[in-house]
Amino acid sequence: MTSSAVTALRFHDLTLGYDRHPAVHHLDGSVEQGSLTAVVGPNGAGKSTLFKAIVGMLKPLAGSIERDGFAARDIAYLPQAAEIDRSFPINVYDMVAMGLWRRKGVFGGIDRKDHAAIEAGLAAVGLTGFEERAIGTLSGGQMQRMLFARLLVQDARVIVLDEPFSAIDARTVGDLLHLVRRWHVERRTVLAALHDIDLVKANFPETLLLAREPVAWGATREVLTADNLNKARHMCEAFDETAAACAVAAE
Amino acid sequence: MILYDALIAPFAEFEFMRRALVGTFALSFSAAPIGVFLMLRRMSLIGDALAHAILPGAAIGFLIAGLSMLAMAGGGLIAGFLVAIGAGLIARATPLKEDASLAAFFLISLALGVVLVSAKGSNVDLMHFLFGSVLAVNNATLLLIAGIVSVSLVVLALIWRPLVLECVDPAFLRSVSGAGAPTHIAFLALVVINLVGGFQALGTLLAVGIMMLPAVISRFWARDVTGMIAVAIASAAVSGFVGLLVSYHADLPSGPAIILVAGALYALSVVAGPVGGLIWSALPRRHLEA
Repeated sequence: MTSSAVTALRFHDLTLGYDRHPAVHHLDGSVEQGSLTAVVGPNGAGKSTLFKAIVGMLKPLAGSIERDGFAARDIAYLPQAAEIDRSFPINVYDMVAMGLWRRKGVFGGIDRKDHAAIEAGLAAVGLTGFEERAIGTLSGGQMQRMLFARLLVQDARVIVLDEPFSAIDARTVGDLLHLVRRWHVERRTVLAALHDIDLVKANFPETLLLAREPVAWGATREVLTADNLNKARHMCEAFDETAAACAVAAE
Repeated sequence: MILYDALIAPFAEFEFMRRALVGTFALSFSAAPIGVFLMLRRMSLIGDALAHAILPGAAIGFLIAGLSMLAMAGGGLIAGFLVAIGAGLIARATPLKEDASLAAFFLISLALGVVLVSAKGSNVDLMHFLFGSVLAVNNATLLLIAGIVSVSLVVLALIWRPLVLECVDPAFLRSVSGAGAPTHIAFLALVVINLVGGFQALGTLLAVGIMMLPAVISRFWARDVTGMIAVAIASAAVSGFVGLLVSYHADLPSGPAIILVAGALYALSVVAGPVGGLIWSALPRRHLEA
């Protein structure tokens, strides 16, 4: 949030939502390049909505997102409930190779260097030897490992992870957190939506506490106070069918 | 000589049988892979809906120009595209899902088509439209089929990667590329033109059979997309060959004969296919060590 560092993302009075009802209301602020930020908040707080807007899948109702020197599609994005059809007959290698899309497009071939990148990605998540396995045969943890291998192959400067560790066992979480820390060391910008407060305190220097409106944003230990968390829990979750047009927006 | 009489002679003696055989073989190469993707996208019944949608267009062509291949194929193409695009637009503009609006469209189309054909033609014409006739496959039709198959194979090669990715992980494709929507439209267009290619020999109701049955068969024999497509093409071609013979010897309409042969292959696959066939899961085999 300090102005001295280079920003990767800047939000200008950003309001996001569906059918004119805001899910994220008047968000201002910026994400520094190379920062590692946790986005914390109750269900329905607007975390996924914010991420969808960051990667360009949702148009803001008002305000804007400024991306510094990269397109929305250059962001590596791991959605919360991946819409992956696990019965589709494709193997782990091809799935991870899709991470090369931005560089290879529809026709580009996979050369020796790309092959090495794919193998390195699989090795980093501990899936070496799984290349020929159909994705339908993977367990939940292995599936998430494979998706992290694809993120590695994407080699993006900005990485957005929507609840990457839900329903995953402790060992897998540990291994994948190791990758997240490695990205941080490599000065990549990482945003992750998380629910485990202890995990956030131990691993994420910055936190945005969101409850449809930003509750607090900054250094994790200052944001995740009992007071703030309590505030976030009680902020309106109600969806008012008859809500009037927002007065702030009209100004 | 009995084998020759049964398997070769009909094609050697009659030109219309040769034409029908070439037509169905050619169609196998594009319709079967398209069917495999329809199945993998869980759109198996969409092909059926679009097949019905072609009928009124072909019927209007028939009303205007009689049994002219170009008029009927052109009408069918226009009607197919209108329904595909109309259903897509309504799905985007209203809460109705695409399959629901397609269902509405194809039922209206089918009824309209039957009314149009009955208005001018005889019952023979109606049967011809619905179930096809090998006699309808003239040189112009063969050229049309050849053109459709060539275009389909080129377009399939062009959209292969986004098509696969849109099936398996559409959200990821959206996050890295805008190719999803154009790919979807190109794919629906391929479905329509292949149905039009098939309807002369197979009829509007059964043209979709040469697309879907081989695709469903292939799922029981192969574990990857390439293998499935190979199996689908082979079973479509075999169904065409055997079906035409059955149609010739038993004096049956060609469309139902070809599709019934494919149906027999399907039954065989459900029972004995190595990937998930019934007898393999029923066999008492001991579980593996790891």
